[in-house]
Amino acid sequence: MLKFLAKGLMRDRSRSFFPILIIAAGVVLTVLFYSWINGFIGMIISENARFETGHVKIVTRAYNELIDQKPYDLGLMNVDKKLNYLNQNYPNMNWQPRIYFGALLDVPDENGETLQQGEVMGLGVDLFSDNFERNLLNLENALASGELPQKQGEILLSQEVASKLKVKLGDNVTMIGSTMFGSIAMYNFIVSGTVRFGIQAMDRGAVIADISDVRSFLDMKNTASEIFGFLPNYKEEKTYAISKEYNEKFSYENDEFSDIMLPLREQGQMSFMLASVDQRTGIFIFFFLFIMSIVLWNSGLMNGIRRYGEVGVRLAIGESKGHIYRAMIIEAIIIGIVATIIGTAIGLVFSYLLQHYGINISSLMRDANVIMSSTMRARVTTECYFVGFIPGVIASVIGACFAGIGIYRRNTAQLFKELEQ
Amino acid sequence: MNKLIEMKNVMKKYPMGKTDFVALENIDLKFSEGEFTGIVGPSGSGKTTILNIIGSLDSQSSGDVLVMGKQIAKLSNTKSARLRSQKIGFIFQTYNLLPVYTVFENVEFPLLLLNMSKEKRKILVNEALKWVGLTDKIKSKPAQLSGGECQRVAIARAIVKEPKLVLADEPTANLDAENSHNILKMMKKINEETGTTFIFATHDAKVIKYITRKITLLDGSIAQDEIVSGG
Repeated sequence: MLKFLAKGLMRDRSRSFFPILIIAAGVVLTVLFYSWINGFIGMIISENARFETGHVKIVTRAYNELIDQKPYDLGLMNVDKKLNYLNQNYPNMNWQPRIYFGALLDVPDENGETLQQGEVMGLGVDLFSDNFERNLLNLENALASGELPQKQGEILLSQEVASKLKVKLGDNVTMIGSTMFGSIAMYNFIVSGTVRFGIQAMDRGAVIADISDVRSFLDMKNTASEIFGFLPNYKEEKTYAISKEYNEKFSYENDEFSDIMLPLREQGQMSFMLASVDQRTGIFIFFFLFIMSIVLWNSGLMNGIRRYGEVGVRLAIGESKGHIYRAMIIEAIIIGIVATIIGTAIGLVFSYLLQHYGINISSLMRDANVIMSSTMRARVTTECYFVGFIPGVIASVIGACFAGIGIYRRNTAQLFKELEQ
Repeated sequence: MNKLIEMKNVMKKYPMGKTDFVALENIDLKFSEGEFTGIVGPSGSGKTTILNIIGSLDSQSSGDVLVMGKQIAKLSNTKSARLRSQKIGFIFQTYNLLPVYTVFENVEFPLLLLNMSKEKRKILVNEALKWVGLTDKIKSKPAQLSGGECQRVAIARAIVKEPKLVLADEPTANLDAENSHNILKMMKKINEETGTTFIFATHDAKVIKYITRKITLLDGSIAQDEIVSGG
């Protein structure tokens, strides 16, 4: 009997091929949408971690109060000692001191007179001890012209800054700002290269120099605005655990210059943003799965209803309602599984392509203030392999179940009548 | 002859809005084994309803119906399915063959429900197809057959399990005169040689020529029940 039913299923395209096509298409969309959302959240986390937050970040409590202004005069002291402690106690993590600062970039002419001036957002990172920051900030790939700083006194400008101020490679520029203690500060740099991150908020006005130069410029010996901590793999719970442990030791509510370690999610807008993203993506995913489930449930239902005529014949010939119902459900399960496997495979191929190549949205990001990559990518996770089964198998089987209930509810003669129509 | 079906004071109502539509009223009928009976009457007179009740596809609203000793109204879904699969064959106006299966497979289907061995199924299917003269078409699909041939396959499917009773609802309505006569001759032959009881619902004059008993229905009631010559 099973062989007989399987034969029918294989031969009848409207019972096998078309439902498989519809379900597989729905599953493709589900997998793609899910991996896309994953990529979006992952991008927000990783981009912000790279440039803004780290996986955890240590600042002073006072700095934290005004963190949006990046007040380096409220920065961390005795950074070497802190780094020693962190490296000893959290050896699996990478700790990086950074200084964020705002300054005026002065471009002189051949006589040393000001030719151009512009505001820049400076970033002082460790460019020479190891390659961690170079790799993290993806500087090799971001390099648009010239080379990365090879020695102290060299600086990278964002391409936009360089072209706005008409700076050429090898030019001398002067950074004008104020020291950590409030006096005027000037420092000369040689432009070694220009960079383009593809992140509009960075590309608009960033300059990058080695932290030792920035310390000299701003008179910040053995200090830093922030110390970033990076886990080998981001795990939110771990960032909370480490922060709790560190803060219990070093953070005092009544001492505004004591340290505070902030996990990524608790920093500035991140908490709100990620909560909002989580909530919205949760709603999106729920609705998407719900809609896909309704579509595929309906497809299962229609497929079942379309076959009431056939059901009528089978009942007349002597097949029991229970047997027909079970056969319909088994058929729906088989079709659902086959279609979901096909749909998931295709969806994953597209997702991997999207993860690898991404989609360039730089034109949409021109005026964006948030740190967000201009290339949006999908991110394939383990869940992507299974998420399609919700609409693909469960919904279509539920559809078939509902359609099948009609077999029980309808009088046999009614099914028979539908068969004759 | 043994009594096969007994209908006593049968009534069938269908709800129609706030009132009921009475499809059958005061039906008292007895059918014996080997009959070749036609239930005739205009559309809506209740012919198909009688066949549906006898075939346990529907149940009466009141009265008693005994088919082969079984009270139809009291049968569970499973038991009525078993009665149909073992004892009753159906022939429909529109043939209702399963389009994706071959002639052989269509005829084989009722036997699969009886859990028969493959060898026995093969013998019975070939025998049934021999009866209807379609042994050369066993691999064809319904779409490749003419209307007459489709109805012959439907007859083969109805008789393959050697049922005691075949219920045929307007079996010639979709056929031309020549095919109708061939089909009816074939059914008459099966009736005479195997003793299978045939009950037709029809308003086709050609069928009336072949039947031996004619029951005329009018507005759900029996207007006439007579023995006729039976071609």
